[in-house]
Amino acid sequence: MSDAVTAAVATTGPGADPFALLGLPRGMDVDPHALDDAYRQLQAQVHPDRFADKSEAERRVAMQWAAAANEAYRTLKKPLPRAKHLIESAGVGLGEQDNTAMPADFLMQQMEWREQVAEARAHRDDKGLRHIEHDIRGAEGRLWPLLSERIAAADWPAAADAWRRLRFLEKLHDDIEDVRAALID
Amino acid sequence: MALLQISEPGQSTAPHQHRRAVGIDLGTTHSLVATVRNSIATVLPDEHGRVLLPSIVRYGQDGVFAVGVEAAARQAEDPRNTLASVKRFMGRGLADVAKTHQGDLPYDFVDSPGMVQIRTAAGVKSPVEVSAEILRVLRQRAEASLGGEITGAVITVPAYFDDAQRQATKDAAQLAGLEVLRLLNEPTAAAIAYGLDNAAEGVYAVYDLGGGTFDISILRLTKGVFEVLATGGDSALGGDDFDRRIACWAIEAGQLPPLGARDLRALQVEAREVKEALSSREAARFHVKLQSGDPVDLTLDTATLESLGANLVTKTLKPCRQALRDAGVDIADIKGVVLVGGSTRMPMVRAAVAEFFGQAPLTNLDPDQVVALGAARQAHLLAGNRSGDDWLLLDVIPLSLGIETMGGLVEKIIPRNATLPIARAQEFTTFKDGQTAMRIHVLQGERERVDDCRSLAHFELRGIPPMTAGAARIKVEFEVDADGLLAVTAREQSTGVTAQVAVKPSYGLSDDDIARMLRDSFDHARDDLDARALAEVQVDADRLLDAVRAALAADGEALLSDTEREAIEARIVALAEARVGTDRSAVRQASDALSTATDDFAARRMDAGIRSALAGRSIESI
Repeated sequence: MSDAVTAAVATTGPGADPFALLGLPRGMDVDPHALDDAYRQLQAQVHPDRFADKSEAERRVAMQWAAAANEAYRTLKKPLPRAKHLIESAGVGLGEQDNTAMPADFLMQQMEWREQVAEARAHRDDKGLRHIEHDIRGAEGRLWPLLSERIAAADWPAAADAWRRLRFLEKLHDDIEDVRAALID
Repeated sequence: MALLQISEPGQSTAPHQHRRAVGIDLGTTHSLVATVRNSIATVLPDEHGRVLLPSIVRYGQDGVFAVGVEAAARQAEDPRNTLASVKRFMGRGLADVAKTHQGDLPYDFVDSPGMVQIRTAAGVKSPVEVSAEILRVLRQRAEASLGGEITGAVITVPAYFDDAQRQATKDAAQLAGLEVLRLLNEPTAAAIAYGLDNAAEGVYAVYDLGGGTFDISILRLTKGVFEVLATGGDSALGGDDFDRRIACWAIEAGQLPPLGARDLRALQVEAREVKEALSSREAARFHVKLQSGDPVDLTLDTATLESLGANLVTKTLKPCRQALRDAGVDIADIKGVVLVGGSTRMPMVRAAVAEFFGQAPLTNLDPDQVVALGAARQAHLLAGNRSGDDWLLLDVIPLSLGIETMGGLVEKIIPRNATLPIARAQEFTTFKDGQTAMRIHVLQGERERVDDCRSLAHFELRGIPPMTAGAARIKVEFEVDADGLLAVTAREQSTGVTAQVAVKPSYGLSDDDIARMLRDSFDHARDDLDARALAEVQVDADRLLDAVRAALAADGEALLSDTEREAIEARIVALAEARVGTDRSAVRQASDALSTATDDFAARRMDAGIRSALAGRSIESI
C-alpha cells in the first residue's frame, strides 16, 4: 500500500447485512447447501435479467440488489471472509494493513515455512511442498475450532487474533499454489 | 419506456407477444446468426443456404464493398483492402497489434487514439466499423428470414475480452442498428446450448479455441442456473496462429524468396485449408502459385503440423490450470468438457484436452454453431419470451479492475472472476495540502504495475475543497453490469460536496461518434415512414400514459411527495396535449420528459416490489 494514497475498507452494495439478505442464521456455522440455495433463490428474484423488459431506472435497482446478493454470497461462502464480517461488524478492527503485533513464536514459524517454500521452489521439490502443506493444515486444524468458539463466545480480541493467524496461513497456501503453478509452466 | 407494471418477478408483462430476437456469434474467422422459432434454436442461412458468414469485409475504390464469401474470394488478390480477422484489433492500439503480429499482416495500419485503424481504398476504417458491416449483413439476413425488424440481439464475445474489447463490440452492434440485449461470453453461450439440450447438471468445462481467441470457462450447472465459477484465456491465440506457423513452415521448406502481401495472404489461405484437411487425413498437399509465376508445391503431414502447433496447444493449458484453481475445482470434479470453436476440430487439440482433463471431450455438438445457438436462447429469454422453464445466468468478470496509486502500482478494486453484476467502492485521500483535483486512472489486468495492465480510462475529480493532505475522503465506486462493462464514479464525501467526474474513455467510440456514423450510413429516405412513425410514437405515448396513471393510483400516495407528484402530473398533461397533435417530435419529447420525470418513481416502485417479494422471509434489516 502506498504511503500517499491510502485505501480504506471496501464497502458493499445497498448496505445490507449478508446474513439478513440471504435469510440465514448469523454465525460461523453456515450450511453450504442452504447458502447456495438461498443465494440462487435471491438472485432469481432480483437479477436484472428478470427485468429485461423494464426501464433503465428499474433495471438499475435490480442491478444494485443483484450486486448486493453477490457480495453477500462472497462474504459468507468461505469461512475467513465470513469470520471477518462477524468480527468487524462487532466493531473490532482486524488491522490487516498494519498489524505487525503477532507473537514472536508465530512469526518465527512463519519465517521457517517461508524458507522451506523457497527451498522447495529452488529444488523443484513438490514432495517438500506437500510436506509443508501438511504442517500448515495441522496448524489450521487447531485454529479453526478456536476461531469459531471465540466468535460464538463474542470474545472478539481472541477471535481477531485467531483470524489473523489463519489469514497468514491462507497466504502461505496461496504462495505454495503459485510455486506449484510456476513449476508446471 | 419508463413505468411498466410491477409484476411478480420472473413473469412477463406481455406473455403472448412474441418478440423477434437473435443471437449473433461475431467470430474472428466467421460469424453467424441464430434465433428461437417454435421453441427450437436454429441458425439462419443466407439466400444460398450458407450458415457461416466469413468475417471478411472488402472495401473497393468507389467505396463499395463485399462482405463474406465474396470478400473472402478476393483476399489473396486484394489483401490491403480485404480485411479479415478484425476481431483481433477490437479495442486494441497499434502497439498491441504490432506486438502480436510482428509485421505479418498485409494491412496499412493507422495509429489513432484508443484503437488502431486501417487505411483502405474506401478510406480509413476502424475495426468497429468493419465489424458493424458484418453485423449489418447478419441483421439483414435475420430480418429477411424472420419477416420484420428484430427487436434485439445478444452478441457473443470471448470470455477473456477486456472492457475495451467489449465496449468496441457493443459500439459495433449499435452502429449496425442493433439493440444489444446482452454481451454474452462465448463459452457461457455454449454451456447454455449444451446444458439445456442435455439437461446437464454438475461442473463442466468449456474449452473454446476459435480463429483468434482462446477461452476456458468452468461452470456449475444446476436446475435453472448457469453459474460461471471462473474463466481464463488468451484473447490473441487461435486458429490463425496455426495458419501463420504453417505459412512460415512453407516459406522455409520451400526456400521461398521474400514475398509481398498478396503472396503472404495466399500462403495463409492455403495454410488454413491444409490445416483443415489434416483433421481428417494424414497428409495434404500445400500448393500455391506465387505472383512471380513460380509454384510452391509441398506436402504437410500431421506429425509436422503437430510439431508446428505443439506449443500453441500447450499455451492453452496454463489458463485451464488457473481457471480450475480460481474456481476451487479439481480436475476430478469436472463432469464433462464441451469443445467450442472450429480449431477444436484439430485432433491434436482434442488429444491435449482429453489428456489434460483425463476424459474424452464432448463432441456431440457442432463447435461452429453452438455459441450462436446459446446466444439465440438467451436473446429469446431477455426479449421477454418467457416459457416457464426460465434459467438464470451468473457470469463473472475475466480480469481484475483497479486504479493507479502512487509509484505506478495498481490497487485492485474488483478481483477477476467476481460474479456479475458487482459494485465495489473504495476510499482514497489527497496527498498534498490544498489539493483540489485528483486524477483517477482505471486499469484492468492481473499484474501489479500500471505499465503491465490495460489502461481503460482517465477520470478527473475536480472541485475538492482545499484541505490538509489526507483529510479529504474520496469514494471511488466501480460498477460492472451483466455485460461485463464498467462504470466508475467518484465523490468527495468529508464535506458533503459532490464534485463532478469527467470521463475520458481511452477506448471505444463516444456516443456522438456513433450517432454521426449512423447518420452517415443510413440513407435519408425516411420521410415515407413519417406516417407510420407518428402512429408508433402515439401508441408508445398512450402506453406510457396508462402505465404512469396506473402507477400513480397504486403507489403515488405512498412513494411520492406532493411536489414530486405535481411535477409528474404536469408532464402527464403536457404529453396528453402533444399526443393529439401531429408533430411527431413533440410527442416524442413530451414522452421522454414524462419518462425522465418518472425514473425515480419507477426505481422506488421496483425497490418496493423486490422488498415485498422478499418480505415472506421476514428480514427487517435489508
